[in-house]
Amino acid sequence: MDEKILTLKEEFKDTLSSVTNLVDLEKVRVAYLGKKGSITALLKGMKDLSVEEKKVFGANVNKLKNYATDIIDEKIAELKELEIQHEISSMPKFDITSPADLTRGSYHPITLVQRQCETIFKSMGFNVEDYSEIVTDYECFESLNIPKHHPARDMQDTYYLENGQLLKSQTSAAQNAILKKYGKRLIENGEPIKAIFPGRCFRNEATDACHENTFFQMEGVMVDKDISISNLIFFMKTMLSEVFQKEINVRLRPGFFPFVEPGFELDISCLICGGEGCPSCKHSGWLELCPCGMIHPNVLREGGIDPDKYTGFAFGLGLTRLAMMKYGVKDIRDLNSGNLKSLSQFTDDEV
Amino acid sequence: MFLSMNWIQDFVDLSGLDKVKLIQRFSLSTAEVENEIFFKGSDLSGVVVAEIKSVENHPDSKKLHLLKVDAGEPELTDVVCGAPNVRVGMKTAFAKIGAKIGEINIAPRPLAGFTSYGMCCSEAEIGISDDNSGIMDITDDVPNGTDIKSLYQIDDIVFEVDNKSLTNRPDLWGHYGIAREFAALAGRELKPLDVENLSAYDNLKKVDMKIEDSLCQRYSCMQVENVTRHISPVNMRIRLFYCGMRGINFLADLTNYLMLEMGQPMHAFDSRKVEKIRIKRFDTPFTFKTLDGVERNIDENTLMICNDNTPVAIAGIMGGLDSEIVDDTTTLTLESATFDSVSVRKSTVRLAHRTDASIRYEKCLDPENTTVAIGRFLNLLKKYDNGVQVVSSLTDEYAFHYDTVKLDFDKAFVDRYTGIEIDNNTIVNTLESLGFKVSLENDNFSVVVPSWRATKDVTIKADIIEEITRIFGYDNFEINTTRSPLYPVRMTTVKNNEDKIKDILVKRYNLHELHSYVWAYNDELKALEIPVEENVRLANATNPNIEVIRNSIIPTQLCQVNSNTAYAPEFGIFEIGRVVNGLDENNLCIENKKLAITLFSKVKDIKDLYFELRDILAVITDDIKHKNITFKACEPEHSYEHPVNLNKVMLDGVEIGKIGIVHPVVGKKIDKKASIVFAEIDMNVFANSKDKGITYSEPSKFPPMDYDLSLVIPEGVLYENLTECWISEGRDILKNTKIVDTYDTALVHSITVRFEFSSNERTLSSNEVQEIMDKVIENLAKIGVNLR
Repeated sequence: MDEKILTLKEEFKDTLSSVTNLVDLEKVRVAYLGKKGSITALLKGMKDLSVEEKKVFGANVNKLKNYATDIIDEKIAELKELEIQHEISSMPKFDITSPADLTRGSYHPITLVQRQCETIFKSMGFNVEDYSEIVTDYECFESLNIPKHHPARDMQDTYYLENGQLLKSQTSAAQNAILKKYGKRLIENGEPIKAIFPGRCFRNEATDACHENTFFQMEGVMVDKDISISNLIFFMKTMLSEVFQKEINVRLRPGFFPFVEPGFELDISCLICGGEGCPSCKHSGWLELCPCGMIHPNVLREGGIDPDKYTGFAFGLGLTRLAMMKYGVKDIRDLNSGNLKSLSQFTDDEV
Repeated sequence: MFLSMNWIQDFVDLSGLDKVKLIQRFSLSTAEVENEIFFKGSDLSGVVVAEIKSVENHPDSKKLHLLKVDAGEPELTDVVCGAPNVRVGMKTAFAKIGAKIGEINIAPRPLAGFTSYGMCCSEAEIGISDDNSGIMDITDDVPNGTDIKSLYQIDDIVFEVDNKSLTNRPDLWGHYGIAREFAALAGRELKPLDVENLSAYDNLKKVDMKIEDSLCQRYSCMQVENVTRHISPVNMRIRLFYCGMRGINFLADLTNYLMLEMGQPMHAFDSRKVEKIRIKRFDTPFTFKTLDGVERNIDENTLMICNDNTPVAIAGIMGGLDSEIVDDTTTLTLESATFDSVSVRKSTVRLAHRTDASIRYEKCLDPENTTVAIGRFLNLLKKYDNGVQVVSSLTDEYAFHYDTVKLDFDKAFVDRYTGIEIDNNTIVNTLESLGFKVSLENDNFSVVVPSWRATKDVTIKADIIEEITRIFGYDNFEINTTRSPLYPVRMTTVKNNEDKIKDILVKRYNLHELHSYVWAYNDELKALEIPVEENVRLANATNPNIEVIRNSIIPTQLCQVNSNTAYAPEFGIFEIGRVVNGLDENNLCIENKKLAITLFSKVKDIKDLYFELRDILAVITDDIKHKNITFKACEPEHSYEHPVNLNKVMLDGVEIGKIGIVHPVVGKKIDKKASIVFAEIDMNVFANSKDKGITYSEPSKFPPMDYDLSLVIPEGVLYENLTECWISEGRDILKNTKIVDTYDTALVHSITVRFEFSSNERTLSSNEVQEIMDKVIENLAKIGVNLR
């Protein structure tokens, strides 16, 4: 009988040595150690043996069983290790330096610049207002201290519609409505009027690289009991420094606009040379950026606000101009071209 | 407008001050100065007065002459000269050896076989006029060798002021007004003008003159005779030339000089042609030849100066050819007047003819100035032509007086506006230096505005603030933030929604935001066979391509897609922009703000693309409103809409927009193989829907149970119809349903729906789930939906 055990052991060893994966190993385990396995079967052939013989034979079979179990466990561990090794070695090496897929959407550059301005002004407590593009003569001119036949009307080539309305030539067209909207809170609660209103404006003029008939401005107003020229300079300087992410110097020059008094042209220190003088600022060190001023008493009055009690400032920032300066867009017509080759580049630009 | 620093200094002593710095201050305090400042005469040296002592013809040249000139040196100088006007005894400008004229250094120069030791110069060559017809003819009696720069005011600093920055300042259209600003800025005195005392002629006869129209505010005139001088003094001509005008003759130059000095346009008529001055309009249109020789159409609104009934000048714009001063004019009538500024401006526009005079009249000139200008004119006329005789008394009709403007304010008003401290003394001094009369008592100011600022420019207290602050200098302002109380920012829903939509479309769906124009693109749409739909039109469009305001952004986007087909095989664009949908009952435009999206793909089939767009709309709504959108099939209204799969987009039962496929006619024009879908949402209607907010449901601690049904869907049955079969059967334990599989053949459309059951209170029994599902299956069978 011992011979049988020895033969089986040799046979088991042979079989096992040819096993190379866990599936086959499991088959081998079942074939030898399963309920119907050949090692288990040895015990079944014990019934003819004497008690003494049974004892010895049983112990030997168990020995073989333990041996087989141990060796299978070892083999399992070995194969698992091999499998991991194989998995590792079969992992291909990727070329991390290959170009990344940057496909994504884009914002219009005006949206980006507008958001930057809005973020800054919101952080200083300004409401962001939206206003229609088609307005009345009253909104665009009369309410802004520009009566009929005022020469200032000649300064702007306005698009008129058949029904007598017009495409707003300036965001100031919203001033009257804003003053009326927030005037009550100012008068009753002392809540200052602080609003910006970005929007599209239209001028009936021929287009070229520097001129567009459709462009964006951002108007801002602040009205309260003691709003001063000093405050106006502060807000303009702060906002522009934030937009350009560097210290911007501003200077005011007298400028004539019927809806402000005093009115100013605001210049900023040249972004290219910082004020030293270079070709892009025509060697003056300054760039003309936006008209602004103290809101004309007639405009306040027309908006239902007593100019003897309240003062305010207003400014009209050219968002289109700002976007062109910020991103180096040379031809203004690119902005409304709908050309994805140029416009898909403006993926995002948070302040 | 060009300004001469020499001229300004006739009226204010600026000695010892840096002129360039003063000009820069002027630019920051008064009116914008162009960057380039001209240093006239700075490139000229070594040019002297020389007398031609002999003239010989050149032996070989018809043009050249051989001269000997006396340049104030012991020996005469040999000069070869090509000018036609050389003559013995003539004095001229002579550039000696070593002289500099611009880039040229004068050195001995061989010329046609002779050597020229210097050069006789024309006025153009030394830069004092554009006359290059011959060498300069100097008539002043000065020693030979006198440096020309010590003889004439050639050295000057000239700067240009942007006319647009002077529109509100009638007083700044002449050097005297500018000098007043420099005096205020420099803290120096403004000198009074030298004027003739006109009352000395009161005993002479009046000119026959009458204002017959209220558009003429004031008309002053006077007659003089025996003007013998024809050529203006050199210094006067230099100034006119430096300021951009050409010398014509002494009288014309003098009227121009007066206009540039005082801002008051003047005109001189030949008294033989203008004996009976009448200022009026005519009832019927006619043509009139102005002194530039052009026939102009005059209508009934244009104010004319007439000799009785014969028009002789267009008031405030230009004189007539027939009454112009000619060579044999002996008596002339000087006009100095003011007219209604709006009338002059409108006439200018009608005639399409703007002149130096009309530019000034448009600004509301001070009528007080007319007689001062005559006094100044006579002063200069007599100074330069001493035989002149005044033959009439001042004839002056002053029909319209501006009100005197008096303004009262206090120190607190100034403080409030400026936000900084400017002391009373500074305020008084500043205003007085600008010609305001100021009285101050206990911080209360009372100010009388000078007439030259009171025509329209300074009318209210805020105008005074400008005067004080601009002279104080904005660069000297302390910069302060406000002390206003703080309140929260109030954002509008439309604006918030807009920002979120842009983010979703760009960040999640990789769409591109484009901008476009508010009008329909005629030509581009024609190419796509999309007719421009009738809508409100621009009344004054100059370009036929942009007449009609658009009623939708979609056609615009189809044009944009069409021009971008080469950009990528697949892309999507969006815009939040305006459209007009007709007029309301008050004849006002119904303006709507729309979100438009168009997707283009040569990769995806039309169904996938259509559902992609549907999902975009659903995500936007779920994200921003936490609500579902629904759809309602609709009929096409526009030629670019495909009749199949066109749906209204509904939110809260209200239509918010439309989704559809592009009509094949248009689609094929853009790209034969591509799929194109579009959607347009009304932003205001969308914004009106309230955000439901997030409804949180706690995850169940009990095991959930799923139940799948595979259904065969007959044609015409929508998923919406299926949901009605279980929506009311769920007994609170049916939490969700979703499609987990679809199976389509040519004949059968089948889907597998997973029903997800769970309860927060208990473990579900299979019986209660089965009960519900039995009922659902029964309901489905009723609408013809059976299990596969």
